[in-house]
Amino acid sequence: MAQITVNGNNQEVTLPLTLDQLITLNQVANPEMVSVQINDNFIEREKFGSTQIYDGDIIDFLYFMGGGR
Amino acid sequence: MFDFTEEELNRYSRHILLKDVGVEGQEKIKNAKVLVVGAGGLGSPVILYLAAAGIGTIGIIDGDVVDISNLQRQVIHTTADINRYKAESAKEKAEKINPHVKVVIYKDFLRAENALDIIKDYDFVVDGTDNFPVKFLINDACVMAGKPFSHGGILRFDGQTFTHKPGCACYRCIFNAPPPKDLVPTCSQAGVLGAIAGMLGTIQAAEVLKYFTGAGELLTDKLLTFNAKTMDFRKINVHRRDTCPICGSNPTITELIDYEQAACDLTNR
Repeated sequence: MAQITVNGNNQEVTLPLTLDQLITLNQVANPEMVSVQINDNFIEREKFGSTQIYDGDIIDFLYFMGGGR
Repeated sequence: MFDFTEEELNRYSRHILLKDVGVEGQEKIKNAKVLVVGAGGLGSPVILYLAAAGIGTIGIIDGDVVDISNLQRQVIHTTADINRYKAESAKEKAEKINPHVKVVIYKDFLRAENALDIIKDYDFVVDGTDNFPVKFLINDACVMAGKPFSHGGILRFDGQTFTHKPGCACYRCIFNAPPPKDLVPTCSQAGVLGAIAGMLGTIQAAEVLKYFTGAGELLTDKLLTFNAKTMDFRKINVHRRDTCPICGSNPTITELIDYEQAACDLTNR
């Protein structure tokens, strides 16, 4: 088991795990629109499938918010 | 050296008392020119607080008129303002709060064709818009013109904001491009808790005043998000992305784009 932090919350996951799999595991809404940072670095969308998650990773899913009026 | 009247010294006394502002800071506020894009949910509190604070010149661009469904959150407008141009209604309120403020209005929308020309007269831009095309347009125009801006977005019970200064992360560093327009429900379908607009708009107004006075640390390279249901606030570190299409090493965007209207949502919380 590995300990990671997702959007500020601790999460226990089994490795190996790709970013794509984590997105599925966490049921991220509209995954084709989410921006992802791992340890403060943005991950290009094309690399979601090849990016491995490691113990201690800090992951942020960032969402569009378009309102204002 | 400071040309404040006694009336102004009294008016701004609570600012002047602040060690981080003082008469010097208030003078910087007085000399500042701020453009507010959108006189709606976010623009209302931004304009009210910036006028009260004594920002010397406030530009307001909004081509829309006040609708009854706006009044739940767009607190600068009143029931009597229904069908009036938002820019005119907002100007009137700002001038009533503070007659020292010069308010310039544009009864128009920001577009690729007018953005750079309008923005060039201002020192700081505040995004108070409700759609992705203009949010990306503000970002691109400000990056191109080297202007700082405050990004704001609200939806349902959530808000997010960051402040951009040249060299720091921009909107495209975080969100590469607008979401596909058929992928998301519209803002009017999604809804928003009225007070969220006030929460986020006052944060944006505070960032403007911090920018001009130099007080504290701006939300540059930080995305602040909050959820009003839990009242959880999070500050996420973000960085300028070398592959960013507008501010990266090899920018692919070299002129402004009018995207088709894309909606404002992404999660279904």
